[in-house]
Amino acid sequence: MESSRTPLHDFHLAHGARMVPFAGWDMPVQYADGIRAEHLATRASTGLFDVSHMAQVWLTGPGAGAMLERLTPTDTGAIAEGRVRYSLFLNDAGGVLDDLMIARHNDILQLVVNAGRADHDIGLLRASLDSSVTMDVRSDLALLALQGPASPQVLARLGGDLDGFTFMQIRNMTLAGTECVVTRSGYTGEDGFEISMPASHAPDLASAIAADADVTLAGLGARDTLRLEAGLPLWGHELDESITPIAAGLRFALSKRRREAGDFPGAATIMAEWNNGTARILTGLLPQGGRPVRDGAELALDGKTVGAVTSGGFAPTLDAPAALGFVDAGLAAPGTNLMAVVRGRETPVVTAALPLVPHRYVRN
Amino acid sequence: MLRYTEDHEWINLEGDTATVGISPHAIEQLGDIVFVELPEAGNTVARGDAVAVFESVKAASDIYSPASGEITEVNETMLDDLSSITPDRATESWLFKIKIEDSSELDELMDEDAYKSMIA
Repeated sequence: MESSRTPLHDFHLAHGARMVPFAGWDMPVQYADGIRAEHLATRASTGLFDVSHMAQVWLTGPGAGAMLERLTPTDTGAIAEGRVRYSLFLNDAGGVLDDLMIARHNDILQLVVNAGRADHDIGLLRASLDSSVTMDVRSDLALLALQGPASPQVLARLGGDLDGFTFMQIRNMTLAGTECVVTRSGYTGEDGFEISMPASHAPDLASAIAADADVTLAGLGARDTLRLEAGLPLWGHELDESITPIAAGLRFALSKRRREAGDFPGAATIMAEWNNGTARILTGLLPQGGRPVRDGAELALDGKTVGAVTSGGFAPTLDAPAALGFVDAGLAAPGTNLMAVVRGRETPVVTAALPLVPHRYVRN
Repeated sequence: MLRYTEDHEWINLEGDTATVGISPHAIEQLGDIVFVELPEAGNTVARGDAVAVFESVKAASDIYSPASGEITEVNETMLDDLSSITPDRATESWLFKIKIEDSSELDELMDEDAYKSMIA
């Protein structure tokens, strides 16, 4: 099947991107300078990422909030106008069907879901619709992520109004003449923004942003190493249908009212784990000796399997290998020495608190 | 005599000893190299054995011996500065030298023109 192309496909090619298939899309994994350089530029200044492969879905109507509450543990009524929440689609066993962002903007619930789960999620939403909700899959929109400590200055130079605008808020901005909807959020652990705009305007706006001397183009490779350091889960790795939010360290995604009501999918399992803990929990892992450990490596202690690596590679900020994995809860304290079995040989790893690189969100 | 494998190793035979490395194309495709495991001198290997590992930011890649024989020397100095492993330094970034048992094994490999058309 032919891969889908984002509105920035020609832009990527013109900027020397190496394109790879990802979740049915033809996406830039890196540009000429490579993943490490793009990663470090994002941490030091600002990286610009095309994330138009993610699906933007709008829900309107009086029943929209209630419909989302049938699928997620989020108190949608507590999402004030102009605010964004991280949420999870859950199954009845308490497993995670996908993670997503929910914003309330102009009284529309605006969702962003993972590219690889978009068909699943849209199907799930469609099956939950009733006459009180209208769903609009906004494939006419593009999405850019501008991430890093210089990103507010870059946005301001393009005309963005950042007055009183903090982490997990959403507002309209006119950037380089294009009407955009901007959230202060991202997937790098840095301060940053995700910018939604009509697809037809995306090449011009991306070019205007890329022309800023503080901005480096960054691909999916750097996006993955940045989120790894930030300890942010990736569905299919740290999240799937068999992993609960408690095991994945996502207690914050369970709204208080919903926990007290116990009325979300999988609530019985999840609330038991909330109170009693889980067998295994997500931890950071620092491989020793320079050799990375990768997804699927077994974690062992004294010859017994005690967990598994779910994401692993190299952390450019740490200038060392890093990984995420699930380990027996009793072994998750930072500083625990384990062995990762990589390609038949053992690599020592030490558990580490998440995030591996501190978040630098700008909160109010 | 310089030959290439389909897995992007190069092998340069001089007398009965060959030098083995990976092609500029392979180095470029790997991207930032963060860890290299070399074979041990003195080991005897068969053609096609996984003898070394390149780890990039994204992935681990096995390096296969293009020929059978005894590893006589490995390029430990390349480990001092992995950032020096760049496409324009594919020759300097050789991995190991191998005393070849049967030079006819190289007959099945590609010459430079054939390799270049494969990656084109």
